[in-house]
Amino acid sequence: MSRVGTRGLVLNENLIFEVSTPGRRGYSLPELDVPPASLPDGLVRDEVEGFPELSEVDVVRHFTRLSTWNYGVDSGFYPLGSCTMKYNPKVNEVACRRPGLADLHPMTPDHLSQGALELMYQLQQGLAEVSGFSAVTLQPAAGAHGELAGMLMIRAWHESRGGGRTRVLIPDTAHGTNPATAALCGFEVVPIASSDRGVLTPEVVREHMDDSVAGLMVTNPNTLGLFETHIREICDIVHQGGGLVYCDGANLNALMGIARPGDMGIDVMHFNLHKTFSTPHGGGGPGAGAVGVAKCLEPFLPAPVVVKTDEGYRLDADRPQSIGRLRSFNGNFGVMIRAWAYLRSMGGDGLKRVSELAVLNANYIRARLEETFHLPYRQRSLHEVVFSDRQLGGDCHTLDLAKRLIDYGYHPPTIYFPLVVHGAIMIEPTETESKQVLDEFCDAMLAIARESEENPDLLHEAPRCTRTGRLDETRAARQPCLCWGPSE
Amino acid sequence: MRYLPHTDEDVRQMLATIGVESVEDLFVEVPEAIRLDRPLDLPPALSEAELMRELDRLAMQNASLNCWTSFLGAGAYNHFIPAVVDHLASRSEFYTAYTPYQPEISQGTLQAIFEYQTLVCQLTGMEVANASMYDGASATAEAALMAVRATRRKRLLISDGLHPEYRQTVAAYCRYLGLELVGLPLDSSGQTDLQALDDALDDRTAAVIVGYPNFYGVIEPLAAMAGPVHARKAMLVSATAEGIALGLLKSPGECGADIAVGEGQSFGLPVSYGGPGVGFFAARKKAVRSLPGRLVGETVDNRGQRGFVLTLSTREQHIRREKATSNICSNQGLCALMVTIYLSLMGKQGIREVAEHNLAKAAYARERIAELPGFNLPHSAPIFNEFVVECPMPAAELLARLEREGILGGVDLGRFDPAMSNRLLICVTEQNRREDIDRLVAGLKGGTA
Repeated sequence: MSRVGTRGLVLNENLIFEVSTPGRRGYSLPELDVPPASLPDGLVRDEVEGFPELSEVDVVRHFTRLSTWNYGVDSGFYPLGSCTMKYNPKVNEVACRRPGLADLHPMTPDHLSQGALELMYQLQQGLAEVSGFSAVTLQPAAGAHGELAGMLMIRAWHESRGGGRTRVLIPDTAHGTNPATAALCGFEVVPIASSDRGVLTPEVVREHMDDSVAGLMVTNPNTLGLFETHIREICDIVHQGGGLVYCDGANLNALMGIARPGDMGIDVMHFNLHKTFSTPHGGGGPGAGAVGVAKCLEPFLPAPVVVKTDEGYRLDADRPQSIGRLRSFNGNFGVMIRAWAYLRSMGGDGLKRVSELAVLNANYIRARLEETFHLPYRQRSLHEVVFSDRQLGGDCHTLDLAKRLIDYGYHPPTIYFPLVVHGAIMIEPTETESKQVLDEFCDAMLAIARESEENPDLLHEAPRCTRTGRLDETRAARQPCLCWGPSE
Repeated sequence: MRYLPHTDEDVRQMLATIGVESVEDLFVEVPEAIRLDRPLDLPPALSEAELMRELDRLAMQNASLNCWTSFLGAGAYNHFIPAVVDHLASRSEFYTAYTPYQPEISQGTLQAIFEYQTLVCQLTGMEVANASMYDGASATAEAALMAVRATRRKRLLISDGLHPEYRQTVAAYCRYLGLELVGLPLDSSGQTDLQALDDALDDRTAAVIVGYPNFYGVIEPLAAMAGPVHARKAMLVSATAEGIALGLLKSPGECGADIAVGEGQSFGLPVSYGGPGVGFFAARKKAVRSLPGRLVGETVDNRGQRGFVLTLSTREQHIRREKATSNICSNQGLCALMVTIYLSLMGKQGIREVAEHNLAKAAYARERIAELPGFNLPHSAPIFNEFVVECPMPAAELLARLEREGILGGVDLGRFDPAMSNRLLICVTEQNRREDIDRLVAGLKGGTA
């Protein structure tokens, strides 16, 4: 068995403010070629107190060292469930930095931005084809932002028909952002339970459906990695009851070319371009949360929308029923370029192969681990598989397993989510991992399971090979220190 | 399919281990009736070389800042980006990492965010800052919601000088929450009318939101607004679209603002057709538990070493669910890193100096344009690097004339308000040389420099 994680050269690095030396500078400006100007007294501040003073090389070393304390997809296997951490093609990074794209100002008139608008239009069309929706907006900046756009559109649709519906059904397998989003749209959240098979049943939806229900928010495949088998019937029930169905599209990586949410009866769905379409997540973003809608919701799309006319492409902001605007300008264009590049690199057949191999990989991991780890739901998994910590020995829990995986050189899976599984371990390998990588990872998981029986302290004390050991999160929350100060 | 590592033999062995005949068999839970029974109708896959060629075809149809002389601002700013910024942010340990949920292997991101939070506090004169938001507009909307929560009041006074897209974003976020949004007019100097503010303020007012500088480039009298706002126990929110201004202007904190938000694109991010940007969000210490978004805090590990973790997440969507104060999930981690690198390079002197260059260049352009026959400056209040010009003809005609000279001459304000179709919003940064400004002035006049 290969051990990826080894002790490397771990350089110490203080905060940038602590390496500052008065008088140093790391920048240069051209000589001022116009007369200096000044503002009236009282408007001007003193120097920015506390700002660091560093040379260029100080800054380069500081951030280079910090980078070595991070684990990214390029460092190794990153099986975070429901986060779809796949390989990020390098050509996408070149693409989004291209002159003509990175340096295009958002206030440039449409007739001088035709390339950017064509790219956005092609991406809209491509996403609509993959998902089976009639229109797509690219404006939202992240998945949860796309959810907000989608739920605002559902609310606006109801208001346009007289309103009065104030409740939203949300299954217990939903993403955590879903209830928060519904609340932001002024809806009351009605939690509904999935069955003992981990999926939503038509019966439970029918039971809750009445005149006060605006719609249902569902994640499909859900956060257990299971396909919502009854989705078509459930959509029919919601529609017959006068509601609409929102789908959290975070797990679209399992379905491309296989089945389309629009064809299942879903009315609106967000795409995580930074997941399914391979944009790097950058330690927390940026992402992009494009949203696809069925015909009935088209008038409510956030403005502007890219349209194609005989004279070329145009940003259309003249949309009287639009929910408005959810951020400035045209959305996260840099992320759109990466998603476009990915779509064009893969083509339709490539995208289908992506989903097939993502599902194959998840099921392979499941097959290799299900004898040793407890599998709470036994239906066929799609792109991710959820185990629990029930069969670990030595009073070891999910957190201990996760931290021990770090010593073996892996980023841990998602843990303690979804909430419906006690001690959940949620593994999503994605399609870009080879059989060899999966085998080594499974060997590590099995070795840790053995360690939990034979030497549980190895788990309790993990990780040992990292720059920092287990961090005191309680102290961070009880005595918040969110900002450096010279006295501290 | 260069990103897919599986050989046919790998697939065969994996299927055997799983115990199914084919990949198809893995999709048994997807009912036949909703399967796609045809290939996706997308253009065929491109090789890397073909992809780049197609991309260049598209890029060449855009009037980029690289090839054109630009005076566009209005919320996205053309500033010089030192090579170091993209070079360091391009280290794949930074950009291919996810949200730092496992702090022991995410200290690079976590420490950089802690530094970012500190830099934002220093710049805004505030005590706490979050780990960044989507952009300046959505950060302003989140500030409005936070003020509503904190004061339990339902009325928001929003200056007409706030960026129109920020105003629209606040309106969309608040649309179904039963809030009252009231506009505050500008006076003839271009600043928010203080008398109108006094008249509109009441005991139902949660917050007053004002651009600093405002959309028309004018520096608002933030300090003069704080008194009346606080007298009514409302909150003062400053929204800064042009972050470089804070290198020179009195900080929002010093002026008495309760929440300072804005857009950080000016700090080392390309304009990128409007995104990604990065929203900054800072407030007073007492507001820490109602702050939206992510926070990074300092703590210690089990070896006694300093380390950083995501903290106070009980406010967040993934714990409190429907009781959450915000649905925000990701932040703009990589963009916040770029801001951190930029501000570290510029440092105490650099941020001041680049702000002074912007001030001087814009002042020069403004004076030269004011001398042109038929052109007027409608606003008398001090400006930073952006200003409004009243033109003797429709702004669209002037812009078309400048276009022929390879100049993006500014933003036609008629785009936001037909009554302002004779007005141009012109932005001048340290990227505009004197000769560029002289060409603009000559072009406006009708000739060439």
